[in-house]
Amino acid sequence: MGASFEQLLQRHERVEPRDEMPEGYRATLVRQIAQHAHSEVIGMQPEGAWITRAPTLRRKAILLAKVQDEAGHGLYLYAAAETLGTSRAELEDRLLSGAQKYSSIFNYPTPSYADVGTIGWLVDGAAICNQVPLCRTSYGPYGRAMVRICKEESFHQRQGFELLLAMSRGTEEQRAMVQDSVDRFWWPSLMMFGPPDTDSPNTAQSMAWGVKRNTNDELRQKFVDMTVPQARVLGVTIPDPELRWNPERGAHDFGTPDWEELRRVVSGDGPCNAERLAHRRRAHAEGAWVREAATAYAAREEAR
Amino acid sequence: MSTRDWPLYEVFVRGRRGLNHVHVGSLHAADDAMALRHARDVYTRRSEGVSIWVVRADAVTASSPDEKDPFFAPSGDKVYRHPTFYELPDDVPHI
Amino acid sequence: MSRTSEPGEESVYAGLVDATGADAAHWAFGSRAEDPLAGLDTSVPDGLDAAELARECLALGDDALVLGHRVSEWCSKAPELEEDIALANVALDLLGQARRLLARAAAADPGVLPVLPEGAAVGAPVAPEDALAFFRGPERFRSSRTAALTDADFAHAVVRLFWWASVRLAVLARARSHADPVLAAIAAAGVPEVAYHRDWAAAWVLTLARGTEESRRRTLTAVDALAPAYAELLGRHPHVRAEVAEVVGELFDRAGLEVPQAQDGVPRDELPDLLAEMQSVARAHPRGSW
Repeated sequence: MGASFEQLLQRHERVEPRDEMPEGYRATLVRQIAQHAHSEVIGMQPEGAWITRAPTLRRKAILLAKVQDEAGHGLYLYAAAETLGTSRAELEDRLLSGAQKYSSIFNYPTPSYADVGTIGWLVDGAAICNQVPLCRTSYGPYGRAMVRICKEESFHQRQGFELLLAMSRGTEEQRAMVQDSVDRFWWPSLMMFGPPDTDSPNTAQSMAWGVKRNTNDELRQKFVDMTVPQARVLGVTIPDPELRWNPERGAHDFGTPDWEELRRVVSGDGPCNAERLAHRRRAHAEGAWVREAATAYAAREEAR
Repeated sequence: MSTRDWPLYEVFVRGRRGLNHVHVGSLHAADDAMALRHARDVYTRRSEGVSIWVVRADAVTASSPDEKDPFFAPSGDKVYRHPTFYELPDDVPHI
Repeated sequence: MSRTSEPGEESVYAGLVDATGADAAHWAFGSRAEDPLAGLDTSVPDGLDAAELARECLALGDDALVLGHRVSEWCSKAPELEEDIALANVALDLLGQARRLLARAAAADPGVLPVLPEGAAVGAPVAPEDALAFFRGPERFRSSRTAALTDADFAHAVVRLFWWASVRLAVLARARSHADPVLAAIAAAGVPEVAYHRDWAAAWVLTLARGTEESRRRTLTAVDALAPAYAELLGRHPHVRAEVAEVVGELFDRAGLEVPQAQDGVPRDELPDLLAEMQSVARAHPRGSW
């Protein structure tokens, strides 16, 4: 007899696709992995919009490679979800119909090139905080996908920071662009960790299953502590008057994100929700004849 | 609805000469040739790998529904312990 | 924070990737982001006309830059995730070729560099490749009109790329024995890249031409619309015409398509619009550092 699901969790061994698992565990994983995949795919758009306008050829190459990685991450994650018995087409349907969500952060606009840097620094930075523990998530295929994703994300963050650093050493106008961008993205980045623990009903079960390894508030704290010294290097001000070092806790105190805003953006009423979904729907619809042609061609060749 | 998807392929990459091919992930493609191109583009775009295998996921034969059983459990179940191993006449009651 | 897996973490990539011993930076941007001519001696060999060499590099570099730009527009819009990644690879390859070729042109003959806006200076902060890409007007670009055409659909993209890459491959293959060792090295590095672009595009032309009624109709429309482009590409490189015609003819035969006959029409000139977009941020901040 193989080990039972509970035994595997107790021994911190991985659950693999053909193992028996509770339906709730399977459903939770499909939802979490799919939403993560959707976030990667939708997340191509805010920065992707700047590929054709990147101000140097080096930046153009970096940005294109980075956005390409997001497509790859989406692909790895859809594949991980598929091992649980849900096809990519079904998952895409759930994204396009609005039945499944993606990260709220990608519903904010990117009006300046500095946003490319800020997304790398803050958004990918927050993603790393969220994702590194997921390399040890209990479900094998998900953890393996995360290992590769985390490797790539750490460089995404680095390129973003490097761009902001270069801009902050540039003209006065560029410094203002950087500060403006950080002002816009700081709070939405904190919201990426989800609602506060007191308002996150699924966290306890996800942690018991080893799907999640840390609570939302733990990860948010870690992100703030990691980011504050980096902000100092950039010479930007984090737009939170309550932010200060607390020597007793050995951590930063910080203000409360606008949870009402998070609720609105997640439920579809953010600045760019409609635009992001419309873009994805259009790409999917316009690609249908290509996908069908390949299927038809393959069937004909096989019959020959 | 999954018929709308291109079939799923499993991808194996040899990282460099002297190493085994290792399973690195999956992808969708309409046929074998496209799967190979996709594997190159998706899984070796940072030039990791000198050789790629692709195989349709539905062509993989796995050891058993539970992969640990029976091949990998030291004194595990044998195939004859599986109820489906026996063909019973339809008229046997209560089995 | 740990960037890789924890100690004892089983990872298929640990054996795969770390074993290659590649510079860790290749995880960031591939190996395609840094100084395009690093480590090369860029002096022009005796007996070679530097201005002529620079013009040659510009023609090849501009064409790659402009087509790479168009291909990059597919990012987040491709028919399937796998193809999105494939198209980005093509664009990245072309961008890499462009950077090396523009840098080569500027090193061979600094006279090709444009006059920069006040306050900006070549070197710091504007690299020569960027001065050429972002601060030249369309009248000074030496790219084909074919490269600048907007894709009407995926069929248009693959037909154009197939023709363009077929010509490019023949041109680069010859340039591998160029008297300038730098251009020869750039060409040698580009040959396998462009060979793959051509094969990728060829597979799609065949698939679309023989797929469904709809895909065949779109392929025929693309071939028709791009006929002047094919004529332009061959006209720019008459010395590879026979070789290209053979490759194109073979594929079109298998696909049941007719190769367009030579004709006088010229492709639309879309370069000014393309550059207006591409150069907008750089020109808005001529003294900016990135």
